[in-house]
Amino acid sequence: MKTARLLALLGLLLTLVPAGLFALGLLAEGPMKLALLGGTILWFAAAPRWLGDTGD
Amino acid sequence: MVPASAPAVVNEYEHERVPDRALKGPRSFWGLYAGEHTAGTEFMLGPLFIAWGASAVDVILGLLLGNILAVLTWRYLTAPIATDLRLTLYCKLEKICGRRLVTLYNLANGVLFCFLAGAMVTVSATAVGVPFPEVRMPTFSDRLPTGFAWCVVVIALGALQTFVAVRGYAVVARVSQLAAPWMFLIFVACGLVTLPKLASLNPVDIWTGVALDGRPRIGFAGIVLFAWLCNAAMHLGMSDLSILRYARRPAYGWAAGAGMFLGHYVAWICASLLFALELQRHGAAASNAPGPMVFSAVGWAGLACVVMAGWTTANPTIYRAGLAFQGVLPKLSRTAGTVIAGTLATIAGLFPAFAMQLLEFVGIYGTVLAPVGAIIAVDHWLARRVGVTPDWAERTGATFNPAALLAWLLPVAVFFWLYRTHGIFPSYLTVPVWLACGALYVVFSRTLLRRPSAP
Repeated sequence: MKTARLLALLGLLLTLVPAGLFALGLLAEGPMKLALLGGTILWFAAAPRWLGDTGD
Repeated sequence: MVPASAPAVVNEYEHERVPDRALKGPRSFWGLYAGEHTAGTEFMLGPLFIAWGASAVDVILGLLLGNILAVLTWRYLTAPIATDLRLTLYCKLEKICGRRLVTLYNLANGVLFCFLAGAMVTVSATAVGVPFPEVRMPTFSDRLPTGFAWCVVVIALGALQTFVAVRGYAVVARVSQLAAPWMFLIFVACGLVTLPKLASLNPVDIWTGVALDGRPRIGFAGIVLFAWLCNAAMHLGMSDLSILRYARRPAYGWAAGAGMFLGHYVAWICASLLFALELQRHGAAASNAPGPMVFSAVGWAGLACVVMAGWTTANPTIYRAGLAFQGVLPKLSRTAGTVIAGTLATIAGLFPAFAMQLLEFVGIYGTVLAPVGAIIAVDHWLARRVGVTPDWAERTGATFNPAALLAWLLPVAVFFWLYRTHGIFPSYLTVPVWLACGALYVVFSRTLLRRPSAP
């Protein structure tokens, strides 16, 4: 549960932070897109386990 | 913009008051509104503001004001009635208008839902079509299917979405809830990634105030009214009684702010930026098809987001339309109702006109459905003071309330006449039609309806 939460939050971070780094000119376009895809996969792999028990 | 996760809630206590033990805390409402207003429609609406010639002030301040008005409407109109009655819209409407008029409302609702779902099938198709060069993406000027390959993609997607709506709705509702925070961040990522690619970051150069293709300019008032009333069916029209009847207090209506300011402000502005870049690159030939724009900005994650955004909006909409059709024809199975709705949505999805004219369509949708909310507001707050019998159909045992029908249809007919003959932007007329419906309901109730016999 704790690991799933960490991984899910990491997934969300990977969805946003690389875009910010690209906007600041600190990351190239290719790695940015790859990181976003990684973040997406991580979120959908971990979030169901994290949020599975906390839904309304 | 569209409810994506409600049916799981709607199916409970459909014909009775929600009991105290079933009430929910504020967290679920904030999450629900944030999720359901960051959807596939947002990808279409942001670019349309640029196409309709909104200026920077129109977008930044107009959206702010319009969204504030929308939240206030939810908080001070919908939520108090919802927490007083704790009934669904359909249940309350049946008490006032009778079963037969609710059937008519269901039909209007179902058909409009199908067109909305169709627009979302179109959105998803623009993403699925990206890897296939033979699929020609629709542009603003496209009204008809863009070719055979386009039709194949739309029909395949529509059939799949209908199948899922029939068989596996719960899964989609779950995916929709899971996707919401990620989807919002993809919108923000699209905006961030676009910034360094724009020739100028001056908002005046992004939202130039010049409409494309000779369209009428939408202007500040248009943006304010659109942002306020694009969900008119939900707040003024009381459709969200179904959600807010579970709220412990009317103050939970503030939760709509999560949807308005994340989805209808940040996401719309980010989607607008994507199209500003597209215009910079391709000029008049720019397409606002979300798939290619988002793919170009953030790659495969973006493409997944567009497919999911369209899918998670279309699927519950098809499901709800199916339920509405089932309400019209009670002998129809839910499966048959959903298949009919899915077929209509797929046919609508073939025609990019619905997606490309989403600003107008959403205005029409709200203006047609919202007025019944005025009847509920009159019944709830004013009935005794103005000599109207509350819950008239229930008290008289009638199945049809002619006063409600006339009060609803007459202003809507005038609206359609003005829209067709004068080309008035639909959102300008939503509030006048709503007010006229409320006033006419008082007049017609007093003149046309028999009083219930004394107990």
